[in-house]
Amino acid sequence: MSAPLLDELFESARTGNRRALGRLLTMVERQDDNAVMVSERAHRDAGQARVIGVTGAPGSGKSTITGRLAAVSGAARPAILAIDPSSPLTGGAILGDRIRMDNNVSSSTFIRSMATRGHAGGLAVAVPDAVRVLDAAGCDPVIVETVGVGQVEVTVAAAADTTVVVVTPGWGDAVQANKAGLLEVADIFVVNKADRPDARGARRDLELMLDLGHRGDWRAPIVLTTATEGEGIDDLWSEIERHTSYLHHSGELIRRRCRRRRSEVADRIELGLRDRALRIIDDQSGESAMVRVERHELSPAAAAEQLLATLIPDNPPEE
Amino acid sequence: MSETPGISPLSADDQEPLRVVLAKLGFDGHDRGLKVVARTLRDAGMEVIYLGLRQTTDSIVAACEQEDADVIGLSMHNAGHLTLAPRMVQAVEEAGLGVPVVIGGIVPAEDVTVLIEAGVAAVLGPGASTEEVVAAVRAAVAHQSPAR
Repeated sequence: MSAPLLDELFESARTGNRRALGRLLTMVERQDDNAVMVSERAHRDAGQARVIGVTGAPGSGKSTITGRLAAVSGAARPAILAIDPSSPLTGGAILGDRIRMDNNVSSSTFIRSMATRGHAGGLAVAVPDAVRVLDAAGCDPVIVETVGVGQVEVTVAAAADTTVVVVTPGWGDAVQANKAGLLEVADIFVVNKADRPDARGARRDLELMLDLGHRGDWRAPIVLTTATEGEGIDDLWSEIERHTSYLHHSGELIRRRCRRRRSEVADRIELGLRDRALRIIDDQSGESAMVRVERHELSPAAAAEQLLATLIPDNPPEE
Repeated sequence: MSETPGISPLSADDQEPLRVVLAKLGFDGHDRGLKVVARTLRDAGMEVIYLGLRQTTDSIVAACEQEDADVIGLSMHNAGHLTLAPRMVQAVEEAGLGVPVVIGGIVPAEDVTVLIEAGVAAVLGPGASTEEVVAAVRAAVAHQSPAR
């Protein structure tokens, strides 16, 4: 794709052309030859949008909350990136988040569904690029919604300015919360389905956890919502805004975004190295090393050291 | 907004999953068939963007644009197909989307030709096997953009 054509696409996307924006997102989603150009072009204008991550267990109400948030934000052009898992067996996916959103959001909300497409590492680079494109197209806020199971999904949602973790009454006690690894990433907790019994119990469990300590000087607030009725969503949005202003005043925003970009670059290096690693295993030097591994003459660790040395010459194998 | 510069049908290799928007148009609550089709297409390796019940031509067009979909699948069980299906085709044309529309559901044999003439890519009846559904969707996309 030529640079002028790309500029034209971005210009259309910025003026609200949904097809143009949809196509740009496809390019970064595929991480094809155009993706690097799109990412680079987007990066020039990105950095304006508030990025909000929403994560939690399946069925906890993330999509409903996300749709409602976009509506109460009062923003001119909010965007939602809804990520659902691909089937590991067929590569297909059912992306059903829109049915929980469409009734609540205005037509100015841009919703894109994204499948994880099997490669966990790919998600870690495709999502930041997609956020970047939405940001550069003038969308704000950009809300990223992922299922909070699996390290990558949690990490993706946590790579936001503000991360909202959604739980429901009866979801398990505080120990479960710790196990899930969700507690550390939360800037704001939501107890959704608060019309159910024991919503207060769920809140108490979270309070107890937070009493044991939290990072920095921000203590994650807990908001009770009944998202299907829209209850508590205004409170949630106020907490998000309060967190946004905390990020600005404390300087945490700059630190966070800096950390985020560092880990994105690291993820990309890792991904690139893995591709090359797979290629090198299949080429001649890899082939002969693998033969020796099969004969039990060389350990997998030693073979890896050898091949790594051909990938990165500055890192010679130790004899 | 019929023409958006720089957007032509994607010439993807077979590695990229097809993206299918599935919906029911208007007042029609029979979504069991659509759910079976969603599962079928997912199992065939496609990405199904499931819009579900009570959609409008506008909401489906908007979803297709945002999702950069390759094909639209509509389920019809309320005898409204002669009105609604051509409207969907027209809305897709007006938006300049260039995506095929596949219909599934209860469509009398004599209406099938009418729908095909109106620009519907394929009509699948209650007897269609899952293989036929997958093949019809793939064929519709291939016919629309031969590059795929």
